[in-house]
Amino acid sequence: MKIKIQREELVEYDVASQEGSTLLEVLNFIKTKVDPTLTYSSGCRSSVCGSCAMRANEKEVLACTYKPQDGDVIEPLKNVPLIRDLVVDMDKALEFNAKSKAWLNSCDTTPDVSEEAEKLNEVQSDCILCGSCYSACPVYAVNSEFKGPFSLTRVYKYVSDVRDADVKEKIDTVQSTGIWDCTLCNECTMVCPQDISSKADIEKLRMKSSQYGYMDPNFGNFGGGLSF
Amino acid sequence: MKNKVLVVGAGGAGLVAAINAHDNGSDVTILTKDYPTRSQTSMAQGGINAVLKHSENDSVEEHIANTLKSAAGIANEDEVTKMCSEAPNALEWLDNIGVQFSRTSDGKIAHRRLGGATGDRACYAQDYTGLKILHTLYDQVLKRGIEIKNDMFLLDILTTENKVSGVSVLNKRNGEIEIYEAPAVILATGGYARIYDKHSTNAVGTSGDGLAAAIRAGARVSDMEFVQFHPTALKNSSILISESARGAGGYLLNSKGERFVDELLPRDKVALAIHEEIAKGEDIFLDIRHLGEEFIDHELPQERKLAKLYENVDPVNDLIPIKPVAHYTMGGIEVSKDSQTIVSGLFACGECANHRVHGANRLGGNSLLELVVFGKEAGISASKFAQNTDDIKAASLDSNILDEISEYTNEIDFYELRESMGNMFYKNVGISRDKEALQESLNTVKEYLSKLPLMGVQDKSKIYNTNLIEFLEFKNMLELSRLVLKGALDREESRGAHFRSDYPVIDEAYSKHTIVDINGVVAS
Repeated sequence: MKIKIQREELVEYDVASQEGSTLLEVLNFIKTKVDPTLTYSSGCRSSVCGSCAMRANEKEVLACTYKPQDGDVIEPLKNVPLIRDLVVDMDKALEFNAKSKAWLNSCDTTPDVSEEAEKLNEVQSDCILCGSCYSACPVYAVNSEFKGPFSLTRVYKYVSDVRDADVKEKIDTVQSTGIWDCTLCNECTMVCPQDISSKADIEKLRMKSSQYGYMDPNFGNFGGGLSF
Repeated sequence: MKNKVLVVGAGGAGLVAAINAHDNGSDVTILTKDYPTRSQTSMAQGGINAVLKHSENDSVEEHIANTLKSAAGIANEDEVTKMCSEAPNALEWLDNIGVQFSRTSDGKIAHRRLGGATGDRACYAQDYTGLKILHTLYDQVLKRGIEIKNDMFLLDILTTENKVSGVSVLNKRNGEIEIYEAPAVILATGGYARIYDKHSTNAVGTSGDGLAAAIRAGARVSDMEFVQFHPTALKNSSILISESARGAGGYLLNSKGERFVDELLPRDKVALAIHEEIAKGEDIFLDIRHLGEEFIDHELPQERKLAKLYENVDPVNDLIPIKPVAHYTMGGIEVSKDSQTIVSGLFACGECANHRVHGANRLGGNSLLELVVFGKEAGISASKFAQNTDDIKAASLDSNILDEISEYTNEIDFYELRESMGNMFYKNVGISRDKEALQESLNTVKEYLSKLPLMGVQDKSKIYNTNLIEFLEFKNMLELSRLVLKGALDREESRGAHFRSDYPVIDEAYSKHTIVDINGVVAS
């Protein structure tokens, strides 16, 4: 089995001994036995810490769960600054959580959460912030300030939480460079290792927004004329 | 500078400490070697112990009694009482900031039973309890606008006259050493179970960097010989299968399909029973088939996913092949009642600290509790300390480890040694130990330590040099390994997670802590 890894240039490695291993095991093999300069991130090895997201054949994967095949091309995540080899800088991407105010504003007295209410956002709270959705999102090609899939999922998590005391603040916050900038292409859903659909969460946030009097800014502009 | 608190480590303990120091009015900066949500805490599955108002047939007193019993005589009763009594408040706080706990039919936080507990006491969020607590804490850190510096590897704690002045870190992104000054530093850097290398459930960075730095700075560590082996890790990958699987009624079976131990004894006893079966030539399996698909998908979704992914078995229909591996290190940095070390201004919490609540064997569900209770204590203590410190020293670097390492000759591949050391530790310093094996291992570790200058780093790049980071981690692990072995050799008895086949019974003469500093054992 040969795989190619995008470093400063595309480098091919023969990893015949690693048939059946995960991509992370293959990378560890290369680093400890072949080339110690290969650079990547990893942590838990069990798909819960989000460290080892990268791309295999142009699709986002966690290296610790993906089983590579002969001829695979491994590359770093997109839409984020590259630091070295497969390591990227997630700082700006993660800042969108704060820009989206993705946190709970606690109530004075915490209400009980029914079983049904807890199920409303159980899957959203499975997010491991691996950045796969962010990398797969086409909106960043045209809008670098888009609040993005994982942050908007996080907002939905809190907006749908009965314990949150200020839903409006979050809904207000995601109106600009947020929920209306998403193209609903579903690329984020396709690559999420935790089976979360940010697209669906964004649609739910749009519906929620209408309850607060917001409308889709992309509507109603037809015939308004472009100012040439 | 006055009122500045640095938190090193951004797992559960570090984030709780940061939130509390901030809320107490201090200016807080968090330094983390990766990113906050990538820490070991994300891997905690089973639950967090607390006796709540709606708990049935359970009490705080029983939680205390169970914890003390499992600790086998070397926990501090006052500290255990503090932790268990604070537990209801800790859970109320976590609920209040939005942790997605699983719920009972009447909307209360759901409980499950874990090993060594006389009641259903572990509050859980499916089997993602640690993940969901960690991410909620992270969101609260962002809410407060607390500064986080990612990709900063701790080199040393800087001191002047036994007082903290700051820390030095390696900025992984540009390879430069940076100094952060503060009168108060909180270490929340996690445990050291990766000395067992691949025979550990832990994340690859669990190398005890904070403990090693604390010793170099003049602090003391204790009880290093007590390493908990989790009974059920996947056989081929050492990936954790949560104790909640047994809590829910899962069985442990040998090759003959026989049960051989009460699955809900504390971990030390279950791990030893499995070890003895394996020594007889048996393979060991976890069996949860009888719990049914619906229950497994609802309560144990992560376990099913992990077993399928890493062992190619579906627990709904198949037995899960398991083995015990290193999971949690009871030993840690010595702290007083306010989470402070003997170095003025240096605090510690979480797995890197020894608050003397776990003693010789931690109970499942008490580590997430520990990091909330003592993370809060460390945060508030450090904040008060920083506010009351007028005599602030300037921090400076007196030696540069990176320059030293650049002189190393690279004749020996440390990756090979890291692997062989892990194998040796699993075999000789594992569930069962004896004098000869321990002494042999100590000789090996000393030899490795003396050969460090013959090792080194092949990658010469300054940019994100993980070869260098892994060498620094290996060096830390070697330093700590020596202390683990020293403690294990000196303790000629069996207690909790420390089982000596040559001294198989408990000896009251050893009802004490093994305390060491940079010069060796100072008290026991």
